Amino acid sequence: MHEAGFLMQAFVFLAAAVIAVPIAARLGLGSVLGYLCAGAVIGPFALGLIGQDIEEVMHFAEFGVVMMLFLVGLELDPSKLWRMRVPIVGMGGLQVVITSAVIAGIALVYLDNWQHAVVVGMVLSLSSTAIVLQTLNEKGLMKNDSGQSAFAVLLFQDIAVIPMLAVLPLLAVAEVGTFSDKHNLPGYQSALMVLGAVVGIVVVGRWLSRSVFRIIAETRLREMFTATALFLVVGIALLMEHIGLSPALGTFVAGVVLANSEYRHELEAEVEPFKGLLLALFFISVGASIDFALLMENPWPILAMVGGLVLVKLVVLLILGKAFGLSSRSNAIFTFSLAQAGEFAFVLFSFAAARDVLPAYIIDPLTLVVALSMALTPLLFVINERLVLPRLRGAKASERAHDAIKEPEGKAILVGFGRFGQIVGRLLRMNGFEITVLEHDAAQVDLVRNFGHKVYYGDAARMDLLETAGIEDVDLLVLAIDDHQRMLKTIHQVKRHHPDIKILARAAGRREAAELLHAGADHIERETFDSALSMGRKALSLMGFRAYQAQRAAQLFKHHDKKSLFALSEVIEDDKKYLTVAKQHATDLEKVLKSDDQANTELDDRGWDSGS
Amino acid sequence: MAKALIVYAHPAHQRSRANRALLNRISDLHNVTVHDLYETYPDFFIDVEAEQKLLLEHDLIVIQHPVYWYNMPALLREWQDLVLEYGYAYGRKQQRLAGKYMWVVLTAGAPEHTYSDTGVNERPLSEYFLHYPRMANVCHLEMKPTFEVYHGRHSPDEDLDKTVEQYRSCLLKYLKEHPGDA
Repeated sequence: MHEAGFLMQAFVFLAAAVIAVPIAARLGLGSVLGYLCAGAVIGPFALGLIGQDIEEVMHFAEFGVVMMLFLVGLELDPSKLWRMRVPIVGMGGLQVVITSAVIAGIALVYLDNWQHAVVVGMVLSLSSTAIVLQTLNEKGLMKNDSGQSAFAVLLFQDIAVIPMLAVLPLLAVAEVGTFSDKHNLPGYQSALMVLGAVVGIVVVGRWLSRSVFRIIAETRLREMFTATALFLVVGIALLMEHIGLSPALGTFVAGVVLANSEYRHELEAEVEPFKGLLLALFFISVGASIDFALLMENPWPILAMVGGLVLVKLVVLLILGKAFGLSSRSNAIFTFSLAQAGEFAFVLFSFAAARDVLPAYIIDPLTLVVALSMALTPLLFVINERLVLPRLRGAKASERAHDAIKEPEGKAILVGFGRFGQIVGRLLRMNGFEITVLEHDAAQVDLVRNFGHKVYYGDAARMDLLETAGIEDVDLLVLAIDDHQRMLKTIHQVKRHHPDIKILARAAGRREAAELLHAGADHIERETFDSALSMGRKALSLMGFRAYQAQRAAQLFKHHDKKSLFALSEVIEDDKKYLTVAKQHATDLEKVLKSDDQANTELDDRGWDSGS
Repeated sequence: MAKALIVYAHPAHQRSRANRALLNRISDLHNVTVHDLYETYPDFFIDVEAEQKLLLEHDLIVIQHPVYWYNMPALLREWQDLVLEYGYAYGRKQQRLAGKYMWVVLTAGAPEHTYSDTGVNERPLSEYFLHYPRMANVCHLEMKPTFEVYHGRHSPDEDLDKTVEQYRSCLLKYLKEHPGDA
């Protein structure tokens, strides 16, 4: 490849995406189909602008999957997993087992030995996490019954890959040993190696990663964290490749291990932008990898296989959805979303090829079938939306609004868990609210974690981090950090992207409070105001005021002060006006206080003056 | 000796002529506890358990407050709701205050004649406080005749002095009457 090669290739990818995706989106087909078409057009079988040989494209695709699975793993917080155990194990387990069995049964008609049929069945039973999640997210269906069920099945499939990878070598048929293999190990040894690698990642991820991340976090250099995150993913991918395992599996496991880590949101935020691009790259690669030459050679058998595969999956999913009590509308979305083979199939096929589990004459056409079925998914969504759903009974409007939200996740994000934030956080949690807490001081995170507080490491001024912490779904954002500028920036960003979220902000003093209100904070608390007021109240009562009199005096003071604060926030940008208003309110308050002083009564002159 | 608890509620005690005079006159009595609600709970957060315990320790419960809008001050109303709860003050076989005396002391700003069928307040003061006899009945308390102080701020000093003396002697009488712990 010549020097400009990489840039040129990047340019071609980006250009194709920038042209194709907006068109697809405009036509209501979703971004995935756009990427797939773009890939097909620039791929080696059409314009041939990229990847003169398919190997190169597949290599790109592989890393897209690797990055994506790391993120999928990060989403699999074990407690979330536990709450969804019934749909995951029930629906997901049955889907994989039944679909595998049916496909294997059909395959047995055409294939000579049962091992091949079983492998094909297992591989094709999986669906595409990337396409399905991306599409469901885009359509805002993730929180519905349909989305949750689809996610449960995909989760089970993601997990099922691990035993599949372990079992595959055991299904190797001895006489098909014509393909090159890096390690000619017996089956059981390979299986042991998979297990060993997984255990290794778990051990390292659980006990070593924490101190490494902490050291990196303490440098306070964001690019160091980005570098570390990428280093981790690339490192695991290379390691896995070296010992002959799927890099995707390795990073997936690493993701799951780190899902519990306090650095999870930070990691997600760092990898997220790469994921976006790499996911696009992945979809383009799938499009580009469609072997049109092979398709042209014998179109009917291939198309029949694609049709058969989709049909089998549709039927199995439909029955499962019904059995697990989905409404007919939810069931339709669930069924049509999962009726394709997935990217794991590429991984498993290449693994199977390397292990001599399957011969090329089976793998090549099936790889094409997988790619075509994936390309078909966005079209299936369109068919479902335009032809199936309108025929089903049930109010369309209720689909989004009323479906049960099964995830009782926190509805608030609290940023900052120091002296101030801890009080807010503990109060909310004590009253049963599950909140996501972010803290940017790694040492503080460690400290409060020791006391059993679930706190994540992260800097709240970054919109991407707030996104990964789930800002999209919260009603409330509490900013309890002491960095004023950072808070202003956060308020601006959050209000721009999510104007409906209520923001509560901690302010140092009056000026800061006025600025925060002006920036769009819905509510502010000056960090020392209430405690100082409370002390003033105590002083009043020790000097002879009645407790209730002192209480009212303090409340009245607060009321006046707040009024002037709101007035100040309106003129905060004009220094001259600010001073004028500030002075005016100071004299006003003084007047009130003085008149009370002369009258020798409490501030509020009017209450309970009946003389009884 | 029997003990009295004065549950007193006045949001502006410092300005109340009548109530200050009344309470001053009994401040020397060792077996009388003045429990000033607004002084104890200026933020309205009532410690229910402590209140219930306090009531159990006394034999005569005096409820003393100014009349506002023909009614009691807000904090006393809150106290009533929270402290006299089901399973403590009332409920089947659960009247733990049963047998105690209850005495209501009201101070009104207007002169007595306004509280009559022909006065501006249209009816006697006691008719505005019919819930007190009900409360005594539900809690199995023995209610003593309500002590009413009128024209709180502007009555002649000698009238107020007389009222205060009556107040003290009533309190002492009820204390004597009650069998106490024995």
